[in-house]
Amino acid sequence: MAKRKLNGSEIIIQCLIEAGVDTIFGYPGGAVLPIYDEIFKQNRLKHVLVRQEGGAVHMAEGYARSTGKLGVVLVTSGPGATNAVTGLADAFMDSIPVLCLTGQVPTHLIGNDAFQEADTTGITRPCTKHNYLIKDVKELERYLCEAIFVATSGRPGPVVIDLPKDVLIDETRFDGAREKLKIGHRSYKPRTKGDPKKIAEAVDLISKAKRPIFYCGGGVINSGVRASKRLCELVGITGAPITLTLMGLGAYPANDEKFLGMLGMHGTYEANLAMHGCDVMINIGARFDDRVTGLLSEFAPESKKIHVDIDPSSINKNVAVEIPIVGDCASVLGDMIKLWREKKPKQDKRALSAWWKQIAKWRARECLKYNQSNDVIKPQLALQRLYELTKKRDTYITTEVGQHQMWAAQFYKFNRPNRWMTSGGLGTMGYGFPAAIGVQIAHPRATVIDIAGEASFLMNMQELSTAIQYRLPVNIFILNNHYMGMVRQWQELLYSSRYSESYSESLPDFVKLAESYGATGLRALKPDDLDPVINEMLASDKLTIADIVIDETENCFPMIPSGASHNQMLLGPADEPEKTVSEEGMVLV
Amino acid sequence: MDNTEKHTIAVLVDNEAGVLARVIGLFSGRGYNIESLTVAEVDVQEGLSRICVVTSGTPMVIEQIKAQLDRLVPVHKISDLTAEGESVERELALIKVKGKGNKRVEALRIADIFRARAIDSTNNSFIFEISGKPDKIDAFINLMQPLGLNEITRTGVVAIARGPKGL
Repeated sequence: MAKRKLNGSEIIIQCLIEAGVDTIFGYPGGAVLPIYDEIFKQNRLKHVLVRQEGGAVHMAEGYARSTGKLGVVLVTSGPGATNAVTGLADAFMDSIPVLCLTGQVPTHLIGNDAFQEADTTGITRPCTKHNYLIKDVKELERYLCEAIFVATSGRPGPVVIDLPKDVLIDETRFDGAREKLKIGHRSYKPRTKGDPKKIAEAVDLISKAKRPIFYCGGGVINSGVRASKRLCELVGITGAPITLTLMGLGAYPANDEKFLGMLGMHGTYEANLAMHGCDVMINIGARFDDRVTGLLSEFAPESKKIHVDIDPSSINKNVAVEIPIVGDCASVLGDMIKLWREKKPKQDKRALSAWWKQIAKWRARECLKYNQSNDVIKPQLALQRLYELTKKRDTYITTEVGQHQMWAAQFYKFNRPNRWMTSGGLGTMGYGFPAAIGVQIAHPRATVIDIAGEASFLMNMQELSTAIQYRLPVNIFILNNHYMGMVRQWQELLYSSRYSESYSESLPDFVKLAESYGATGLRALKPDDLDPVINEMLASDKLTIADIVIDETENCFPMIPSGASHNQMLLGPADEPEKTVSEEGMVLV
Repeated sequence: MDNTEKHTIAVLVDNEAGVLARVIGLFSGRGYNIESLTVAEVDVQEGLSRICVVTSGTPMVIEQIKAQLDRLVPVHKISDLTAEGESVERELALIKVKGKGNKRVEALRIADIFRARAIDSTNNSFIFEISGKPDKIDAFINLMQPLGLNEITRTGVVAIARGPKGL
């Protein structure tokens, strides 16, 4: 290609196209007008106009998590950038590859408190993987390519590029970004291949384990479909049980009998007790989050631990491990499988079978059992019906944050990766609906359902307008209990049921709300309404809000009260926290 | 909790805008200590700066600090000078002492013992330049206290590993 001069905005569009980007989620404003003019002049990049910049980042996250590709956001300076901050922090905590282009006042005005000026790189520094302020159009191409590399490689994460308006207008020579996209970074070089010595030690330890357990997380999902396949293979040949974190759901098929369910604060009894009782823990791509470990001093007290993570700072952060392996999950899993097949180690079959017998006893407690009702819809039932009626479809699920999120994690079965999008680390209410829009943009024909609570949905419901504009048949499945349910649950547990500000007052009529947008609105009031409503929702080719009016008093169990350990679970409302904490007998089944 | 250790860590970074803010933000954001911090460009051609940070924490926290620093995109290399063999540390201080008569003479005499140089002088003041290990400077300052110590400025520690091997 002959060398030619392009302005900054043209270079941005060119670079994005060459990097394989097909969609941008954004909102225009004064500082980014030159880019919007370039977007107008072309038709290879689709722009999705959001209604608030916070929604744009969550959409990009949904797009990224359901495709494994980079999500791209474009917002203006000042309030455009500050509105995007929550989404960036969310993507940072959950390691989602997002490139966020922010407008900035022209370079000569930076620092002058100009109109719509904010110190965007300063504000976003602690909540991004990296950020750039481009001060010269000549640097633009290089930093754009570098930013895409940083966002998508190693442990993925959000990267911000702050673009002063003059840089968008200035011209420079540009001869295609293709070559530069291949060059890495001069100081940032993520390690993907695990240390063979450590891998050999790990394989040896797993083969000698009497009570092993795999504990895997979002790192497996981020490592790609390949990693999930290899995880299934390794679990298969070792015969060990597996539990997944909230972020990891789908990395291993939930229908398989080796899967013990999610672990952690609202994890299953069998998963948490197996973690507590294991002698070898194989952590692949999880980070010993406090919602998973509970009381650290009592965490898996008799275990030796293997930890595979691409980010060295995740290793030995909360929990000290015996065998740390820095590397990409897919690569390390591949090496482990290869070595296992070569060595064909002899396992202690008797110990393993005793371990499975013990697990069967824990399973027999049926910790997810709930009281059925004929008059009022139990949220668990609503989700079980939703799963049964959607399991044969090409379905993607997003959630907001709270009780409904935990019930969804417990009751919806994910058998494939990239089908489950939830705000795990940051716990951002209002995440699920815009994320669902991003998913639907990436998968136009798929069934996309945002499992929501009424309070969370209200946080970003302005994006209804976006979904309608692009004719997206997103389904919003609201488990409506007229409470911020998780807040209320904690108030019951710890604050003698003083429901301080945890009720949902002055809610809209969700059916009419949908209708006001020309969308479908449905309501279920009784258990018998569930199937017809879900079927009608699925049959509708328009956006649908299903207002599922559920038992207002239902709480989410099992639960490890904060500060308690895995063997101090509350199995139902009858369990008193004091009782479980004091009785050692709870360990024994 | 008394297994706190003091470590001197050298960090080689790209000399780009905001890099110091990244490092400092990491320490404050994650609740790590900074006892001293120095930074300057060391390779103009390659555009590299060297940060020397003295910090304290449990061995697990020190490991985290190093891993978190390494996670920053513009960081090239990290060296824990305390853990990785022997190193030499130096700090420079300028110390203003006000006084007349015997105190003035005594200040000069002690400065001589510590090999501090007087780099400014008036009828009733000195500015001493002293370099050495931080505890030597502490000792000098303590001795100057009764002799009219007026103002102190210190650079913070710079350190480098002994022997032929470079960072």
